[in-house]
Amino acid sequence: MNFIAHLFARYQLSHMLILALLLIVVLPLSMDIFRLNLIGKYLTYAFVAIGLVLCWGYGGILSLGQGVFFGLGGYCMAMFLKLEASSPENTAIQTTPGIPDFMDWNQLTELPWFWEPFHSFGFTLLAIILVPAFFAFVVTVAMFKRRVGGVYFAIITQAVAAILTILIIGQQGYTGGVNGITDLRTLHGWDIRTDEAKYILYFVCVALLFVCLFIGKYVINSKLGRLLVAMREREDRVRFSGYDVSAFKIFIFCLASVFSAIGGAMFTLQIGFMSPTFVGIVPSIEMVIFCAVGGRLSLLGAVYGALLVNAAKTSFSESFPELWLFAMGALFIGVVMAFPNGLAGVWTTYIEPRLPARLRSPVPPSTIPAVAVTTTAETSSTPSANPTVEHRHAGN
Amino acid sequence: MLETNKHIEQKDFVLSVEGLTVSFDGFKAVSDLSLYVEEQEIRVIIGPNGAGKTTVLDLICGRTKATEGSIKFKGKELTRMNEHQIVHAGIGRKFQTPSIYEDLTVFENLELSYPRGRNVWGALTFRRDQQVIDKVIEIAEMIFLADKLDMSADLLSHGQKQWLEIGMLLIQDPELLMLDEPVAGMSVSERQQTAALLQKITKDRSVLVIEHDMQFVADIADRVTVLHQGKVLSEGSMERVQNDPKVIEVYLGH
Amino acid sequence: MFADYTMTELTSIFAMQGFAGLTLFSVFVLMALGLAIIFGQMGVINMAHGEFMILGAYTTYLTSNVFSSYLPESLYSLYFFVALILAFLAAGALGAFIEWAMIRHLYKRPLDTLLATWGLSLIMQQLYRTIFGPREVGVTLPDWLMGSIALTDMVEIPINGLFVMAITLVVAVGVGLTMQKSRLGKQTRAVVQNRPMASAVGINTARVDRLTFALGCGIAGIAGAAFTMIGSTGPTSGQLYIVDTFLVVVFGGASSLVGTIASAFTISQAQSTMEFFLSGSMAKVLTLLVVVGILMLRPQGLFSLKIRK
Ligand SMILES: Nc1ncnc2c1ncn2[C@@H]1O[C@H](COP(=O)(O)OP(=O)(O)O)[C@@H](O)[C@H]1O
Ligand SMILES: [Mg+2]
Repeated sequence: MNFIAHLFARYQLSHMLILALLLIVVLPLSMDIFRLNLIGKYLTYAFVAIGLVLCWGYGGILSLGQGVFFGLGGYCMAMFLKLEASSPENTAIQTTPGIPDFMDWNQLTELPWFWEPFHSFGFTLLAIILVPAFFAFVVTVAMFKRRVGGVYFAIITQAVAAILTILIIGQQGYTGGVNGITDLRTLHGWDIRTDEAKYILYFVCVALLFVCLFIGKYVINSKLGRLLVAMREREDRVRFSGYDVSAFKIFIFCLASVFSAIGGAMFTLQIGFMSPTFVGIVPSIEMVIFCAVGGRLSLLGAVYGALLVNAAKTSFSESFPELWLFAMGALFIGVVMAFPNGLAGVWTTYIEPRLPARLRSPVPPSTIPAVAVTTTAETSSTPSANPTVEHRHAGN
Repeated sequence: MLETNKHIEQKDFVLSVEGLTVSFDGFKAVSDLSLYVEEQEIRVIIGPNGAGKTTVLDLICGRTKATEGSIKFKGKELTRMNEHQIVHAGIGRKFQTPSIYEDLTVFENLELSYPRGRNVWGALTFRRDQQVIDKVIEIAEMIFLADKLDMSADLLSHGQKQWLEIGMLLIQDPELLMLDEPVAGMSVSERQQTAALLQKITKDRSVLVIEHDMQFVADIADRVTVLHQGKVLSEGSMERVQNDPKVIEVYLGH
Repeated sequence: MFADYTMTELTSIFAMQGFAGLTLFSVFVLMALGLAIIFGQMGVINMAHGEFMILGAYTTYLTSNVFSSYLPESLYSLYFFVALILAFLAAGALGAFIEWAMIRHLYKRPLDTLLATWGLSLIMQQLYRTIFGPREVGVTLPDWLMGSIALTDMVEIPINGLFVMAITLVVAVGVGLTMQKSRLGKQTRAVVQNRPMASAVGINTARVDRLTFALGCGIAGIAGAAFTMIGSTGPTSGQLYIVDTFLVVVFGGASSLVGTIASAFTISQAQSTMEFFLSGSMAKVLTLLVVVGILMLRPQGLFSLKIRK
């Protein structure tokens, strides 16, 4: 019993339950499949936002290129589905049957070598995790080992997003160009375009989201989570306590990018295509605002942030498309200047204290009576506790 | 003869700094400095502001890379090592202004400094077991913060923050402890408490202290090194140094 | 890739592309100067910098319209010089206002400044779209800027490009002198090196910040005026240059004027030379990749100052 109470507190299970209820019961019962599919799409952005809570909120590493990883995951999945949709029978009218249609249009006569392994679903699943992780690893090892961070790192990630977008658009024959990889149909013969499949994929998406949430919570609760908070404030002290600071940064960034990639793969499955519009500078920075609106220090907040901002975007841009950019701009400025801890901050500072005691989030029980364990940054961070930049090392 | 010399060096000196030079865009903050610290020795470095005292500590702990020279700690060359490797080798360093994690509690500050689970996997699987808790409480008692364990560290007074940082070093149990002006900015009673604390903690390790308070220096130092303009001006017992005309010249001359 | 061309052809290609590169270089330098001043001074990246440039471009467009509708035709050839000043003032004034309303509250949070100024850029883009419409607008060049000079029968150099380069030179020298000699320049450098100390000796750091930010934005306005000479202006034209400009700034070392210019030169020349042999997008990818690659190996950029933290 005690153990369960402990778990409850440690993982904020009550809050998690409310979210689960919303996503698994309330929304599916109250919406038609078209709307639910939209929610599923928003949730794929929530994966990115959760990753950003870890690497930006806790680690102080702002990435303006998360779309890159979202895209890598999404493209890996799309390549597999596209190959399945391009069986020789389906593509008999092409000059070269058996290769994706856009390759045929671009006068390719052979499947490029890097497409070959995506015939295998097992390989594809591995690639969805490993390709972005490897990519993130290369970028961060180069940067963090040299103690580059802050604004500088943000700009580099943005450049990477720009490069990848231009590359994808430029290399039409290999990537599908601006249109992306479209017309995806089946997964191992199972038609993903039916309503039933969309329901199932929605629930798979929700399940994976909770897996990521729990992993994120675990990391934050572990000593690594406290180290991240410590590093944000006093990187030198952490170093002189015997930790290799760059290793922790690399780890948290890779984890965030894997989360993004899973989101991207689920996007492809649920929406049925992947294109460079989800990779570039603009989508990448919008993903940061989902996280910021929800609260950069709150995993659950990030999910709500992604849902709310996207829902607003959809309804706004349906009715007043011109106003949307104003609203979005105001959102960026407002959140940063007035509510740096986002909705989660509003909740913990304004709403929760007024709730009756039993509705408040329980303070985690201490391991020993003398030493109460407070959840760190989640509750104690004030606006001033924002990530500081690591300045470039002046010496060497 | 040579053999024995080498033997002596490895045996007796925990730290041997030789020909150490660092230049910042041509300005030599430390130049051709040699310094030997014996096991269990308490060495105090004094010198006017800007003499290069802090820079020497920076060089030893890897925060600044040397331009020339060698730093050997128990026979290991430190100049090519990273900060965290130097810590693992057994060196702890306290900064001039208190450097603690203000967002975390006193307990968590000490816990993070506990030398276990220092890599990514270790940090993910670290458990707060009885051993850790006991150690944290033991250290907290030493640094007069036993009743403040749950307090957020930013609520501590300046002196208490200094103690906390010393505690964070102690929990690492370093063989060489380097303290940069540990009593600066402390009240008189805090100073006395700190002196007592230092007496206690310096028993089974070597200590390198930078300090200005001469009474404090006289109380704790085995030997004193006077730095001036990046060079050793004088070295020896407190008495010898105090009577050295060169030192008097530098301190009282202008 | 050179094998298909004769030596003379290659020389002309390099000359032509080199010149095309110089126009790109001018835009880069003008954009980057402002960004670099702001970044060097306050460690803040202004994501709306491209929109400040476009403000200058629209100001120029409006000025040219006023000249052509209300003033005698003989004066038209002068509109540009008036526009240059107006563009500088408009962008500078808006910059000062933004610094007061937004940036100064965020100095301790440079990452948040990135996001807030991005929000500002969205708002400015939409404003432009609402006021000037989504279509790109262009100015009519005065006669004396039309045409080109033929160097050899294969190499021709457009006059407007030359003119833009001249403006760039003047602005770069002007900025250099301002930073070296003027009171503001000296105060700025003092603040960069040691803010508390500068403040202690009586420099009004808040005012220096405001003026620096305004100056940086004003230069972006000038960039916009120059920009109308070589391209047409749309609500999102500024955004296209922003990543390149950031890279120019960090590649140049972020703290030196010479570095910024050298890096703008390298990047624009590399891109425009490669553009001839590869497709435009691949040239860009390759350039950016090389720059990012070099920055990973040498994060301090081409030139750097050593400042104690
Ligand atoms: N990273 C650095 N860059 C430039 N100068 C430095 C740097 N570190 C130290 N210095 C200079 O070296 C000299 C010695 O400084 P420091 O070691 O802090 O003196 P102390 O601690 O003895 O007062 C000072 O003049 C200081 O300005
Ligand atoms: Mg000092």
